[in-house]
Amino acid sequence: MAYIELNQVTKRFGSVTAVDRLDLQIAKGECVAMLGPSGCGKTTTLRMVAGFEDLDDGEIRAGETLLSSKREKYYLPPEQRNFGMVFQAFAVWPHLSVFENVAFPLRIRKLPKAEIIARTEEALKHTNLLQFAAGSPDDLSGGGKQRVALARALAIRPDVMLLDEPLSSLDPHFREEMRFEIKDLQRRFGFSILYVTHDQSEAMALSDRILVMRAGVVQQVGTPLEVYGSPANRFVFEFIGLSCFLKAGLTPSGMQIAGNDYAWPNGIAPSTEIIASGRGLLAARPTEIDFVGEGGVRGHVISKAYLGETIDYRVMVGETEVRVQKTRRVPGPAVGQSIGLNFPHPHWYPVD
Amino acid sequence: MSTKTESRFGTPELLFGLSVAVLVIVVAVPMLLIFFNAFWVDGHFNVTDVVKVLRHPETYMALWNSLVLSVGVTITGTIVGTFFAWLVTRTDLPFKKTMKLLFLVPFMLPAFIGALAWKMLLSPRAGYINRFFMDVLGFDNPIFDIYTYAGIILVETMYLFPFVFIQVSGALERMDPTLEESARISGADLFTITRKITIPLVLPSILSGALLIMLYSMAHFGTVAVLGIETGIYNIPTLIYEKIHQSAGSFASIRTATVLATVLVITAAIILWLQNRVLSKGRYQIIAGKSFRPAELKLRGLRVPLFIFCLAYIGFTIVLPTATIFMVGGLKTYGLPFVSENLTFANYNHILFEWDLTRDAIWNSISLGLSSALITMFAGVIISYVIVKMKVRGKGILEFLGMLPFSVPGSVIALGVILAWSGKFGINIYNTVWIILLAYIARYMAFSLKANSAALEQVHDSLVEAARASGATMGQALRDIVVPLVRPGMIAAFFLIFLPALRELTVSVLLYGPTTRTIGVAIYTLNEDGETVYSAALAGIALIIIVLGELLIKRLVTSKNNS
Repeated sequence: MAYIELNQVTKRFGSVTAVDRLDLQIAKGECVAMLGPSGCGKTTTLRMVAGFEDLDDGEIRAGETLLSSKREKYYLPPEQRNFGMVFQAFAVWPHLSVFENVAFPLRIRKLPKAEIIARTEEALKHTNLLQFAAGSPDDLSGGGKQRVALARALAIRPDVMLLDEPLSSLDPHFREEMRFEIKDLQRRFGFSILYVTHDQSEAMALSDRILVMRAGVVQQVGTPLEVYGSPANRFVFEFIGLSCFLKAGLTPSGMQIAGNDYAWPNGIAPSTEIIASGRGLLAARPTEIDFVGEGGVRGHVISKAYLGETIDYRVMVGETEVRVQKTRRVPGPAVGQSIGLNFPHPHWYPVD
Repeated sequence: MSTKTESRFGTPELLFGLSVAVLVIVVAVPMLLIFFNAFWVDGHFNVTDVVKVLRHPETYMALWNSLVLSVGVTITGTIVGTFFAWLVTRTDLPFKKTMKLLFLVPFMLPAFIGALAWKMLLSPRAGYINRFFMDVLGFDNPIFDIYTYAGIILVETMYLFPFVFIQVSGALERMDPTLEESARISGADLFTITRKITIPLVLPSILSGALLIMLYSMAHFGTVAVLGIETGIYNIPTLIYEKIHQSAGSFASIRTATVLATVLVITAAIILWLQNRVLSKGRYQIIAGKSFRPAELKLRGLRVPLFIFCLAYIGFTIVLPTATIFMVGGLKTYGLPFVSENLTFANYNHILFEWDLTRDAIWNSISLGLSSALITMFAGVIISYVIVKMKVRGKGILEFLGMLPFSVPGSVIALGVILAWSGKFGINIYNTVWIILLAYIARYMAFSLKANSAALEQVHDSLVEAARASGATMGQALRDIVVPLVRPGMIAAFFLIFLPALRELTVSVLLYGPTTRTIGVAIYTLNEDGETVYSAALAGIALIIIVLGELLIKRLVTSKNNS
C-alpha cells in the first residue's frame, strides 16, 4: 500500500524544469533512494515532500492526508507534516546541548515533561549518544553531529524520515557505520525513508528501491538488483557501477566492431529498432568481460594495474579503450598481447 | 657568501627598524606622554592627584555622561540595527536589496553634520519643526528638545546603528538555512524559530556590533559638541576639547585632559577586549555550505505597514536632515521660512569661490586626506609585510603599536601629538598642518595594517616559492606575484583612510590653527560662531564630496574585481 504518494509532481525554476512530472509511491516501512548527479532535481523533490518548496504541478499525499497540491493551492507547512528530516550539513544547533537539540521537537509539541525526558533519552540511547547528552554538539565529530540530527528526527517517532545526503559530509569510515545504523533504526521503528544521494553504493546498500533521476526526469525505478542488472538506458548503466562501451555496426545477422564481423555476443541480439538503425552500443561491466585466447572481439592489452584483489586491464579494440577487471587469482594476458574479449552479459543501447 | 648573507639579514632588519621608528614617532611617544602627564607630578608618580582630578564634579559628570550616552545609544542602536537586519534578510519585505543599501547610507554621513541638521529642526526655540508646532499649530511648548540626553542619543543612534545592522545582516545571510529548516520540520513555526534558533545563533554578532557602537559612542565628539555643550552636557571628548581650547595650555587643564584621556583609553581597551572575546568564544560555526534560500517570514498584513515604516525611517533620518542642510545652506538669513524668495545660491558661491576660510578648509581636508592616505598606505604595506611575512624577533611590538590607535579615540591621539610635538623635543609643529598630518597617520595606521595584512595573508609563501622555482629572482617575484595580489588591499586601505579623513572632526578640532581648519572644523566653528547658513552650506558641499567619493570607490572596486 502506498503511504507517500507523488503524482505528476513538477517544479520549475525560471525556465528550467527542475522536476518533471514525477510519480512515486512509497510503502509503509519502505526505503526509497533518489539517486542522480548533482542538479538532477532529487533534493528539490525531497524538499517538496518536506514542504520547503511549493509545486508547479501535481500533488503529494501521505496516506489519506493531502500535503501539497497545485490544483487546490494547498500546502501544509513543513512544521505540520510530522516528518523527520536529516540534512547534509548536520544542522544541529550549536547554542543548545545535545539533549536540548533532541528534545526540541518534543518541547515544541508541548508534551508532558516526563515524556519529553523519556523519549529524548530513548532517542539518544538508540543513537549511542546518551553519554554526550549534556555536552555541546560542537564537541562531537561529524558522525556524532549527524547522530544528534538523527536522534532529533527520531524523537517525534515519525512515519516518514527524509534524508538529504546525510552521509556525504562524513569521513568514509563513519559513512559505512552510519549506513548500518540508519538501516537498523528503520528496522526497529518501521518508518519509511526517502533518501537523497549521489552515491550509488549508498543507495544500493540502504534502499528497497532506487529511483534514478537525470535533469528532472525519472530514468528508472526498481530494486537495486534491477537497476544494476537491467539498467533502463545508457545513462543508468553508466551512472550505476563501472561501465565500458563499444560502438558496433549492426546487420540483421551480427555486429561489426573495428572492421571485423562477429556473431551476437553470447547469442544476445539488440532490439529490432536498434538493429534497424544500423548502429548500436555494446555495453558491459568491466567485471563481466572474459578473456579468451581464440575468437571473441579482438584487441590488445595496453596496460595492467594491480588494484589489490583485482587487476585492471586496458584493452584497445580498434580506436576504443575497454576496461576489464579480473581477480588476481587467475593468470591474465600480458601487456602487448593480442587477446579476445567475450561478453557473457551484454547490454545493447542505441547510439545517440 | 658572506656579503650575500649579510645583505639578506640586513634588509629585514632595516625594514623592521624603519617600521618601529615610524610607529614610535607617530604612536608610542604621544601615548606614553599622556600617561606620563597624567600620573607624573612634580617629578614623582602620583595617584592621589589623579583621584582628585576624577572627583572634580566637572570631570566625573563628563565620565557619567559618556557612560549614560553610550549605554543609551548602544541599547537603541542595537534594537534598531537588529530589527532592520532581520527585516531585510528574513522577511518578504518589498525591495529588500534596495532597503539594505539605504540602511547603510547613514554610515557615509558624518554624525556631526546630522547633529547640525537636527539642531536646525528641533532646537527648542529656533528649530523649524518646533516652530511649526508652536507658530502654526498653536502648541505652547516645543514638542521635542534636541539639547537633551534623549536628543543626543536619538541622533547618535541614527548614525551608529549600522554597526549592528552590518554584523547581524551578514551573520543572517551567511547562516546555514538548514539550521532553521530543521527547526521547522521539528514542528516549530517561524516565530518560534526566530526566537529560539535564529536570534540565539546570531547573538554573538549582535553583541559584537553593540560593543562597536559603544566604543564609537564613548569616544564620539561631534554630536555631543553640537547638541550638548549648549546645555552643559559634556562627555569625555568634548571636555578634553574644552580644556585644551579654553586653558590655552595651562598645566592643570592639560592634566585633567590627560586623566580623562587615560580613562577613555582604558574603557576603550576593555570594550575591545570584550568584543574580541565575544567574537572568538561565542561565534558559532553557522556558515552554510551548499544552500537553498532560507524561508522568508511572510509579513502578510504587516508587509505594507512595515515597508512604509522603513521608508519613513529612512526619510526621517536621511532625507530630512540632508534636505535641511541644503535648504538652510541656501537661506539668505538663518531663521527665515523656506520660500523661494529667501533662497539663494550666493552662500554656496561665497564659500566655494570667495571666502578664504572655507576655501582653505576644503583644500586642507583634501590635501591632508590624500597625503595621509598615501603615506599610511605605503607605510602600512611595509609594516604588515614585516609582521606577516618576515621572521624577525620582536615583531609583536609592531603589531601592538600599529593596532593600538584602533582602540585609542581620536581625541586621545590629538592630545598625545600636542604633548609630543609642541616643543617638548625641540620640534614645535603646533598650529601647522604637519601636526594634523601626523595625527591622521597615527589614527588611520590601524586601518591600513588591517587591510594590508589581510591581503598579505592571502599570498601564501608557496606562491613566491613557485615563482622562485620558475626562475624569478626575489625582486621579480615581489613585482610579478606579491604586488599584484596585494594591490586590492592597498587600494582598499587608501580609501578606508581618505574618506574618513575628508570628514574628520574629532582630531582636527583639537589641532587646528588659524589657517589649518579642515572641512569638519570649519563647519563646526562656523556653527559655533552663529554663521549657521554658511556652516550648513559648507556641510552641504562636504556631503556632496563624500557621496561622490563613495560612488567613485564603488566604481573602482567593482571594476577592479571584474577585470
